[in-house]
Amino acid sequence: MDEKLFIHGYEAVGRGALNAGCLHFFGYPITPQNEITEFFARELPQRGGRFVQVESEASSASFVFGAAAGGVRVMTSTASPGWGLMQEILSHIAFCELPCVVVNVQRGGPGQGTTRHAQTDYLSATRGGGHGGYKSIVLAPSSVQECHDLMQLAFYLADKYRILTVVLADGILIQIAEYIDVKPIDFGPVPPKDWALKGIGKKEGRFDFIQSTRGLMPPIYKTIVEQLHEKYGKIAESETRVKTYQADDAELLLISYGYVARCCEEAVNMARGEGLKVGMIQPITLWPFPYETLEQKASQGCRFLVVEDSMGQLVEDVRLAVEDKKRVALLGMSSRHLAGELGMIFPETIFEEVKKLI
Amino acid sequence: MNDKAGSVHKEKIYGPSDYKMDFPLPSCPGCGSPSACKIIVEALEELGLIQNSVVVIGVGCAGMGFFGTKMDMAMCAHGPSPSVAAGIKHANYDDVTVFTVQGDGDCAAIGAGYLINSAARGDKITIFMFNNTNYGTTGGQMAPTTLLGQVTTTTPQGRDGMAQGYPLHVPEILATMKGVAYSARGSIHNFAHYQRTKKYVKSALQKQTAGIGLSFVEILTACPVNWRMEPIKAIRWIEEEVTVEYPLGEFKNAD
Ligand SMILES: Cc1ncc(C[n+]2csc(CCOP(=O)(O)OP(=O)(O)O)c2C)c(N)n1
Ligand code: SF4
Repeated sequence: MDEKLFIHGYEAVGRGALNAGCLHFFGYPITPQNEITEFFARELPQRGGRFVQVESEASSASFVFGAAAGGVRVMTSTASPGWGLMQEILSHIAFCELPCVVVNVQRGGPGQGTTRHAQTDYLSATRGGGHGGYKSIVLAPSSVQECHDLMQLAFYLADKYRILTVVLADGILIQIAEYIDVKPIDFGPVPPKDWALKGIGKKEGRFDFIQSTRGLMPPIYKTIVEQLHEKYGKIAESETRVKTYQADDAELLLISYGYVARCCEEAVNMARGEGLKVGMIQPITLWPFPYETLEQKASQGCRFLVVEDSMGQLVEDVRLAVEDKKRVALLGMSSRHLAGELGMIFPETIFEEVKKLI
Repeated sequence: MNDKAGSVHKEKIYGPSDYKMDFPLPSCPGCGSPSACKIIVEALEELGLIQNSVVVIGVGCAGMGFFGTKMDMAMCAHGPSPSVAAGIKHANYDDVTVFTVQGDGDCAAIGAGYLINSAARGDKITIFMFNNTNYGTTGGQMAPTTLLGQVTTTTPQGRDGMAQGYPLHVPEILATMKGVAYSARGSIHNFAHYQRTKKYVKSALQKQTAGIGLSFVEILTACPVNWRMEPIKAIRWIEEEVTVEYPLGEFKNAD
């Protein structure tokens, strides 16, 4: 598959996964991501893969646990309330260090919230949404192309580090269509899954116990938790990714991700059109978060406007990076153009805020 | 028997499985779960399936008899073992025997939704549910299988159906479902029943190999510690009380 296509975000997610060699998908319907689940229902059987519509997101996460333990590339996709329901099992996946990918197409929360877009699961995704204190790699696409490419990166990173990788999208990204390059990306080799569960007859007698009560027997609990966090440290050191736009000489930097980053890009263009020194920094990995990049910019005297479609979650990370909290402003959900579920934060609104700040 | 050189030739007639390591059993004295696990290991060996099998252990005492077994194993959360097992089966494109070992609380309370839907889908897996009429691991609370009148730490007056609900008959329910190929209940309170239960276990595993549907065996096991009984009395209680509420036998055997 190497072609230029005009496709929706949901199809880009699907084709990205196929290009990563993922042939296992287990899911449960929820808006606004149903098209992703339906894509796999259509595509996987024809490719010899496995698709099962299960009875809940707790179950889809459990199927993912099993298939990841079986050694294949596997994923599921959901939207916010389903993301919530998965957290129990995702914590077990984290402790068992099973490589897999979960797409969360964010919709408005809390509760059933809305069936449209929002960015209200940032903290839940970046802090390890379930119990016990763990980390997942969190990737944030802001275009249909990135939906496709970051899916492939997600599988690579999951296998490289034996970790859950979350692709945190939103209802807008998944529903828009753009021209993109559809092709497999080679990130390099990943470690062999010689630990996969398939019966000892296929493993020359080697037996593995993938278990969520690790630590009862040696290596004991504290050692395992420390090793896990050592791994998180390594990931933070080497896998932090950002995108910058007009950032070199910028006095004010817009910080955003997902669909909102597209609106910010537009706002930067408006500002530059009037000679204002405005740029943007867009984290591609929400965890690990690019604290150092922001710290550096802060030390050069930059100010920051965080734009996000929530009441303020991403802004917490920016405030962690920037010592002088007065230099960080927030434009959040209250600035949507409509009060109802269709409301969005438009470039014009962002530009107005920029003019007030600069 | 003496061979030519005059040394003694020994033949193993019965003993610990070659797949068991020297490993301390975490169960209480008189617990029925390790014996029920042993039946499964024996059945797998006799059917020649053990090298091509993966066991999924639920959270609780039930599966602990598998600790120290030379098999591929998984243990996830409390309840979802059927989904985990089905995921492993799909990952191996069906070329593996996958079964779960779950307590009655794990399987039929917190795991009931997973169980029923796995059965409805006819996932090609086998589920072994050990019924010890209580939550063993957490100290003897009421389970869905607790007998009416039975005293547990959360039914100090004895289970009252009107207040705490009625005993759940899992293999009987599953027998009504199209996705289920095999459903039975066995006990191990004496050797005759041990042998009969082993036959059920084998039938269930063979149904999976044949790819007919989900197979299920409930095994009645003793929990002397939480029942506050001597092991011998616990075995007698199974025979006299538990098998009255939970009749033994096959409830479904589909081809
Ligand atoms: C989500 C969750 N809730 C509760 C528990 C605590 N817990 C561990 S085992 C168990 C019940 C065990 O009973 P059963 O399934 O009947 O198995 P047995 O120990 O009797 O073999 C419970 C409630 C848990 N580990 N996870
Ligand atoms: S508590 Fe009961 S079920 Fe658990 S190991 Fe002890 S006797 Fe067995």
